Order: sequence, then C-alpha cells, then structure tokens
Amino acid sequence: MLDLSTYQSIGAALKDAVEVFAGEVCLIEADRERENHRLTYREFRDRAMPIAKTLQDAGFSEGDRAAIIMTNQSKWLIAAYAIFYSGGVLVPLDFKLTADEQWQLLQHSKARVLITEYPIWRQLSAAAGPAGVTRLRTVFVTEAPADADLAGGQRWETTATGGAGQPDFRPRTRTDVATIVYSSGTGGRPKGCMMTHDNYLEQCIALTSLYPFATGMRYLSILPTNHAIDFMVGFFGPFICGAAVVHLRTLRPEYVHEAFVKYKITYVSLVPLVLKNLQKGLQARFDELPRRKRKVFDALVAVNKALTKRRPRLWLSRRLLKEVHAAFGGELAAIIVGGAFSEPETLQFFYDLGIPVANGYGLTEAGTAITVNDLKPFRADTVGKPLPGMEVRIVNADAQGIGEVTVRSKTVMSGYLNEPELTAETIVGGWLLTGDLGRFDGAGHLQLLGRKKNMIVTEEGKNIYPEDVESIFESLPVKEFGVFAANYVWPQRSMVGEQLILVIRLESGQSFTPGLRQEITVRNNRLLNYKRVRGIVLADEDFPRTASMKIKRNVLAEKLAKLDRTHAVMEL
Amino acid sequence: MRTVEQTTQEVLDLAATHFHVAADSLNADDDFFRKLGINSLQALELLSRLENHFGIELPDYEVQGVSDFRTLASRIQSRL
Repeated sequence: MLDLSTYQSIGAALKDAVEVFAGEVCLIEADRERENHRLTYREFRDRAMPIAKTLQDAGFSEGDRAAIIMTNQSKWLIAAYAIFYSGGVLVPLDFKLTADEQWQLLQHSKARVLITEYPIWRQLSAAAGPAGVTRLRTVFVTEAPADADLAGGQRWETTATGGAGQPDFRPRTRTDVATIVYSSGTGGRPKGCMMTHDNYLEQCIALTSLYPFATGMRYLSILPTNHAIDFMVGFFGPFICGAAVVHLRTLRPEYVHEAFVKYKITYVSLVPLVLKNLQKGLQARFDELPRRKRKVFDALVAVNKALTKRRPRLWLSRRLLKEVHAAFGGELAAIIVGGAFSEPETLQFFYDLGIPVANGYGLTEAGTAITVNDLKPFRADTVGKPLPGMEVRIVNADAQGIGEVTVRSKTVMSGYLNEPELTAETIVGGWLLTGDLGRFDGAGHLQLLGRKKNMIVTEEGKNIYPEDVESIFESLPVKEFGVFAANYVWPQRSMVGEQLILVIRLESGQSFTPGLRQEITVRNNRLLNYKRVRGIVLADEDFPRTASMKIKRNVLAEKLAKLDRTHAVMEL
Repeated sequence: MRTVEQTTQEVLDLAATHFHVAADSLNADDDFFRKLGINSLQALELLSRLENHFGIELPDYEVQGVSDFRTLASRIQSRL
C-alpha cells in the first residue's frame, strides 16, 4: 500500500500506484459469462494516457471540471484517472437520473467535458433543452454503434487508440477541489459537495486501516461508482493497494452469484435492498434442506456463532460452513453495506454464517464514512464506532442521550458549490451538522434513531429531498401544496420504510375529487419510482409562510403532527 | 418477424404471468414499477425472463431509465 500521508492529490497517488503495481491485474470487466477484458495497471495507464492527451489538447487544464455519466465499467475508472492526471475536477453524476436532471447538474457544475455511454448520450441528446446553456465543449461517447449519430460527441474508442505524444502530469495540492459530488438537489437547489484531495486521502487512510486491500484481492463493484462508497472502495482504495476491481455489465442476480465464485471476490459493497434479497434467497435454500441435513446445518451455525462472538474467524467459519462460503467463492472477507440504513436482523444473519458485514454510517458531505463496525466484536444494532480521525458529537441531546449527530474531521467537504449560505448553515464552527439523530452507547458505538431533516433514504440507497420532487406538482389545481417526509412530520425512532407524502390545501369550497386524485397520480408517475409520494394529506388550514412566502416547513410539520397519521394519510 | 404491437403484447403477457396479475389489468403505457409494485431487482428478473422468451440479450445499460412497457418493448424490438 502506498503511504498516502506523503501525497498531495488523488492524481499523484494513482500515478504512482500504476507504476508500483504495473504488472498486477487491476481491472476485470465481465458481461454475463463472457470476460470483456482483464487489464494490468500498466495496461490501464496505457488506455488512460491517450484520453488525458486528448483532453489536454482540447484545452482542459487545472481546475476545469469533467463529468462522468456511466454505468459501472472499466472506462469509468480510466476516464477518472485521465481527469485527475490532467489536474481536473471530477463531477461524477448518477446515471439513473433522468436526462433533464443530468442536464441540470451539468449546467450547475459548469462541466467542460462529459464522458458518457452511448445509450445515455442518446437520451441526453434527445432532451437537449438546456444543452445550449452548459459549458460543455468536449463529449466522449463510449460503445456507440458504427453508424450512430453522436450529436457532436467524439467516439471514445477512436480517442483511446490515437493521439501522438504524452500528456503532462498536472499536480494539485491537498486543499484543491478534487470532485463535485451531488448529494441532492435535482429539483430545486442542487447541492454539489466540493470534496478536496485531502478529504479523499484522509478517508482512504482511515478506511484501509480497518478494511485493508492488498495485491491479489478482488473487489466486486456493484454500487454505482458515482456513489461515494464505490468511488472509495471500488476505485481509489484498491488502486493505491494494488488490488483488482471487478465490473459486471449485467447485474442480474444469477450473474452476480457466478462472479463471486469465478473471480474469488474479497469484498463487495451492497445497498440494504440487495443484501436483504440475498438473505431471502439463502434462507429459502436453507428451508429446502431435508430435515436431518437442516439439523446438522443449524448446529454448525450455532457452533460458528459461539466461536465468532468476540471477533470474526474467517478460516474457521469457512471450514464449518463450507458450502455457504463456497457459494460466495470462498474468499469473501466482508460485505460492505451502505447507502441506507440496514435492518439488524439481516446483518446478524450474515455474521452468523461467518460473513462479516461492514456496516457503517456516512454522508457525502463527510467523505465516505463516519463510523464503521470494527468487528471487535460485531454489533448488528449499531453503525459502529467513529473511524480514526473522526470526531463525532451528539448535540442538543434529550434525556435519553438522543440528539443530532455532528462531525469534525479532515474528510468533511469544503462546502456546497455556489451556496455559501447553505454551507454556513451546514458546517458550523468546523462541525458538520448531519441532520441525523443518534446516541452513543456505553461501548462507544453510534446508534441512529431517526432524522431531524426533512428527507428520506430509500432501501436502494437513494437520498430524496421533498423539495426536489415538488416541481412535478406545480400548478396542481389546489390552493397550495408541499411534499414532506412522513417521518419528519410524525417522528419515528427508525430509519426503515421511509415515505414521502403530499400535503395539499384545497380552495375554499373545493372537494377532493377522483379527478384530482387522478391528476396527482399521473404527475406522480412521471417521477422516477423511488422519488414518488406514497400518500396524500389534506391540510385543514392555510400553510404558514415566511415574509417571502416560503412555506414554514417546520411549523407546518408541527401542526400536521397533531393529526393521527393512520387516518390522515390517504394511500396513493 | 413480429410487429412492435405483437412484441408489446407478449411483454405484457409475460409480465402478467411472472408477477401473477391479470393480463388485462396491464397497459402498454403503464409504469411497470408502479403497476406491478416491483423494485429494481424484480425488474431485472423480468428482463431475464423476457430475454429467454425472445431469445435476445438486452444489456442492463440499454434499458437504463426505461419504466413503461411500450418503451421496453421497443428496445426489445430493435434487437429482434
């Protein structure tokens, strides 16, 4: 592993990594049963250099911004390497957003370069409304069919093989911005977190101290790479340790299962939804065992549980529960779960099988992770202890010790792009206010117990802010409306099954008709499925508003909280 | 060669069978996530089923962002 304390930037560390580990395998890309390619660090660099040269020849220089909108694949990492090598700022955008949302963020980030896949570019070009107002000058399009109209884009594959001369390495310093990562705000107010090189270098040192990578290890990249977790543990972390990253172009469960065995995966990151699904599948298989076999199996699980109570003993678990571990390839050291809150019973299920789950807590604004389970011992009921270098405090705690989680560390972003006021509200005196509620137990583990902020996180790891979905209901024929997180109105000590609700105030004399419900349903269905509101609440008085006519959300929420949730919410 | 209408109907029939709902309750313009109450993983299951039926490969990235039966059917049609 490289000593990151001696580096100034992601680009400088990656540049050394590809030299130090030149002969090691760094990337494997597979599509179903086919392996597309297997690259060593040297071959990876050789593919990235022409991209960097073309970028630089097009005038891309230090501090310029380049966006990537791609599914998980090797070109994502090659493109990112070329951007960092050239001193650029990476803007990783979510490929699951709609084309309009992607244009909005391209515009907000002022990206000069876009690197994307043909199916995504086809949709972006078709929805090119805001295209004229972006600063995009160069677009690389990957995997385009031979006769495709690239609408002004350049074919990646031509660029990757051509270009004379070598690009210059453009150094950056730790305080320079490395990435702009959007934590929310596709509707109204984009929240672009400006993450510095220092943020990443320090986060990587902290994470790898608990979950180290090494040459020969393999990470299966399933969470989108634009997500902070996959960027760290599916790119930067493994690269600076000489490990390999495996990408699958098809995420059907049958091919994912195969990949564990075929590629002897060491680590994988999953969102709670996928982990739960995996649990369901395994449980069904255990339930199908003949009675006698099942008895033996249960006894082995009980022995494993007793022997791993204090700490994981991978070699022992792999022997005791050989078939289970063989189904995961026999080399799996841990499943990293993140992006949303996980149910303790799911985490315990895997741990009892001898598969540690690195459960943690983080938010984009604080780097990748704030706390992680250190497995000493494994605790399914908490999100672990603060990582080295993280100061975590609970403020405004109630009698039970529950209050807002705040964080101070070198991994906290420098601020939101173009939003000094929002930044000042979020980082106060050097402490990041997370908006999440929690408390520490006697052993120093953090327990999360709800949210102070008006937002939800889905089981698929999507952060949804109510304000971002409100625009879809604009000009709805009612007096006024607002979208809220149900848990913000009726606080629950849980972060599972969160939902959005639409609160409407009808005009005087207006009634809630089937026609109005239909209108709401039609508009709601235009939203991506995970952004949809799940219920309607009729307000019995006008919304409280500020002098500038903004809804006083906290005041309205307090009023609504007096209603009985079961009766007040009409399911949509 | 199937027409796009035939393909769409077959997609609707297969989805109805796979998720145990009445075939006539599904329409081409329905959002399948919403109508079938399924998540992204279950949608992937449906894709595998459709691939087997039509004898094609439909890459995940090709159907990225697609949520209604009609568009899904048109992506299948272009690969038949």
